[in-house]
Amino acid sequence: MAAAAAASALVLAACGSGAGTSPSSTSASSTPSAVPSTFAPTTVRLLTHDSFALTESLLDDFEARTGITVEVVTGGDAGELVNKAALTAGNPEGDVLFGVDSTLLSRALQSGVFDPYESPAASGVPSELKTATQEAVTPVDYGDVCINVDDAWFAEKGIAKPATLDDLVKPEYRDLLVVENAATSSPGLAFLLATVATYGEDGYQDYWSKLRANGVKVVNGWTEAYEGEYTVGGKGSRPLVVSYASSPPAEIVYASDPKPAKPYSSVMESSCYRQVEYAGVLAGTEQPEAARAVVDWLLSPAVQADVPLSMFVFPAVKGTPLPDVFATWAATPASPLVLDPAEIDAKRSQWVDAWDQVTLR
Amino acid sequence: MQPPPAWWFAVVPAVFLGFFFAWPLVTVLARGLSSAGLDVLGSAPTWRVVWFTLLQAVLSTVATLVVALPAAYALHRLAVPGRRLLLALLTVPFVLPTVVVGTAFRALLPEGWTGTLGAIVLAHVFFNIAVVVRVVGGLWAHLDRRYEAAASTLGSRPWRVLRTVTWPLLRPAVLASAALVFLFTFTSFGVVLVLGGPTTTTIEVEIYRRTVQLFDLPGAATLAVLQLVSVLLVLVVAGRLQRRLAVRQRLARADVAPAPPRSAVDRAAAAWTVVLSVLVALPMLALLHDSLRVGERWGLDWWSALLQDGPSTRDVPLWEPLRTSLSYAVVATLIAVVVGGLAACAIAYARRGGPVLDAASMLPLGTSAVTLGFGLLVTFAVRPVDLRGSWIIVPIGQALVAVPLVVRTVLPVLRAIDPRLREVAATLGSSPSRAWRTVDLPVLGRALGVSAGLAAAVSLGEFGATSFLARSDAPTLPIQIGRLLSRPGEAGVGMAAALSVVLVGVTALVVLLAERLRRPGQAEL
Repeated sequence: MAAAAAASALVLAACGSGAGTSPSSTSASSTPSAVPSTFAPTTVRLLTHDSFALTESLLDDFEARTGITVEVVTGGDAGELVNKAALTAGNPEGDVLFGVDSTLLSRALQSGVFDPYESPAASGVPSELKTATQEAVTPVDYGDVCINVDDAWFAEKGIAKPATLDDLVKPEYRDLLVVENAATSSPGLAFLLATVATYGEDGYQDYWSKLRANGVKVVNGWTEAYEGEYTVGGKGSRPLVVSYASSPPAEIVYASDPKPAKPYSSVMESSCYRQVEYAGVLAGTEQPEAARAVVDWLLSPAVQADVPLSMFVFPAVKGTPLPDVFATWAATPASPLVLDPAEIDAKRSQWVDAWDQVTLR
Repeated sequence: MQPPPAWWFAVVPAVFLGFFFAWPLVTVLARGLSSAGLDVLGSAPTWRVVWFTLLQAVLSTVATLVVALPAAYALHRLAVPGRRLLLALLTVPFVLPTVVVGTAFRALLPEGWTGTLGAIVLAHVFFNIAVVVRVVGGLWAHLDRRYEAAASTLGSRPWRVLRTVTWPLLRPAVLASAALVFLFTFTSFGVVLVLGGPTTTTIEVEIYRRTVQLFDLPGAATLAVLQLVSVLLVLVVAGRLQRRLAVRQRLARADVAPAPPRSAVDRAAAAWTVVLSVLVALPMLALLHDSLRVGERWGLDWWSALLQDGPSTRDVPLWEPLRTSLSYAVVATLIAVVVGGLAACAIAYARRGGPVLDAASMLPLGTSAVTLGFGLLVTFAVRPVDLRGSWIIVPIGQALVAVPLVVRTVLPVLRAIDPRLREVAATLGSSPSRAWRTVDLPVLGRALGVSAGLAAAVSLGEFGATSFLARSDAPTLPIQIGRLLSRPGEAGVGMAAALSVVLVGVTALVVLLAERLRRPGQAEL
């Protein structure tokens, strides 16, 4: 039943986008002139991570319009995806890669994974999403890793919800937070980066030793944290968890009937760390033209309007209409935390090792 | 008189393992190994990880043996009511995806247990009971009871019979199963990732972390070699012991009819088996519960959601992963039974080099799945053998994991064949190959039947080795379960639980079927 509800929402979203006439996206609605609009029937292999999803009819439409069949090839998470691409740089498993995020981008660029191409449709993408792309890849979507708060739990105990990272080390929030292992989990790493961005390289270790003293619990992955330790859902005992800005709308979309009027969780916006997902043409592809057309298609209004309810992320192209449940309940922090991908790449293991020492040993 | 020459049997396994195991492994290690990687060996955290890996593996192995041996006895020698069902029930955990069991265990474990050594050992016992029950039970069922009967008649008490007659006959199988459990737990990945905490980490998890999170290929390669060498060492020692302990004996040709429990020991073993089955069923019942619990009420919502094909690429109706999993299982089982069966023959008949082959056939179990996966990726990337993205790579990967199990199941039985039987056949005028067909083949067939069930089950539940090999077809059941679990909200958990129940059911069915297949037409000797 939930899937049916989600399905109808998706259909509505897809239809809505077709009628949408946002000025920034019209230029991208037809395939840009840089690449031919139709091809001899061919298949483009799109390498991506296990969380990839789109409305299926979008792929069919694209095929009917251009002659390109998109074969979606998945296997592993974003880290595994980028690693495999780096190991096979120049002799890729596919033609297009989608799903390299801002914590992994430098690694991919340095390894020569991509044949540089920025879609003309990227003109509709805000510039802050394009820093560090070196015009070699195109941003497709973004999402924030944020602390989620169990509203009912705090209301019931009569404790104010925490508002800042500083609050989390106060005694009233002792033993309430569960986070993911920064060494094995993508949101775990993002939250570590959030603390580095907030407290600086000199201060983040000190912050984590205070968090530790205040009873932070570390588990290995998102599923263990959210489904196992978090109070929402009833199995865990901790009302604060590192998850995503889009988790609240997901709570509604994936809820059992009757749907709740509002999500159980809210988002602590000051904790949000921004992750951007990019797509690029893989170096060594035998059909660069068709591959570029697929990257363009990922930025087309229909696909952009589809990503919120398909992958629970925000579309990169400005002005793309959002589905209601997303517009109402997903958090959109005004100034999310970010770090430069090159700096992340240079210092990631050093930060993670130090974090490991401070938090776990 | 000898059976056909060992090399005849060794060709296919050697080619298969050389091509799909040794070559990729050497390729990726050669790429990663460098002096920079040796730094890993100098750091204290690494040795903490090594120590913990060893500790939990030893504890898990001992605990599994203690818990499972009475059940192996009761289920193969005693007329316990619902014997077949209990056997299937105890086998199912072995093939459940770790991510599913982790979630179910988490719900059942007392507060504060997750992340501890105890939780990991408990989960390892849960997973590996099947290995001991099947490997040891397989031999136990065929032990000729006349030895024991003779000892009893001569006045030995049951305990003394067990110690002086049964135990020496059984030791090779016990050792074989212990070696298997040790290997499984020493290289454990999923259980440790889900149930372990960040400080309770195995070498395998550390290899994964270095490869995927830190991009430290040299460090990962060094650890992979360290793990491989440790495993090899254990295999050589276990192999030696096993050969020293092997006893040639005349095996009963079919299961001896189980006898009703008579002594107090028998009754205790039977009772323990029932208790154990209930304990093992608990996490599975928890899954059933979760699949039917919708918010504050009961309902079939998650089950009906599982059957629907929605408009998104994410909506995968039940039959798609089911079909994928089953067809992979068929292919993987075929490969594993052929390769493993031939390898077992080669090892059993080899006059020299047998121990080397023996250890080699076990190595896939001791190899880091992450390392091997990357090896397959970089090795088979060149035309004309660009197998990347081809579906066949997945069942091949699963077969690599299943081959050692097939070898372990078949080998003790083959070794126990009394060579005098072949000599008799030869004396009566049989050619060597005919002697082999009439003496070895029937015993072999039975053992292969058991191992086929295990191999199919391994393929159905396999999550680690092939989960990151790229595929464009429908996901397997375990992979789809993992994807459902990574969605926020009730639907993910509920549908994952429902799909897990399906996986449990299918696996139990396959195991029961394999049991049936090997029964008809097997006359007593």
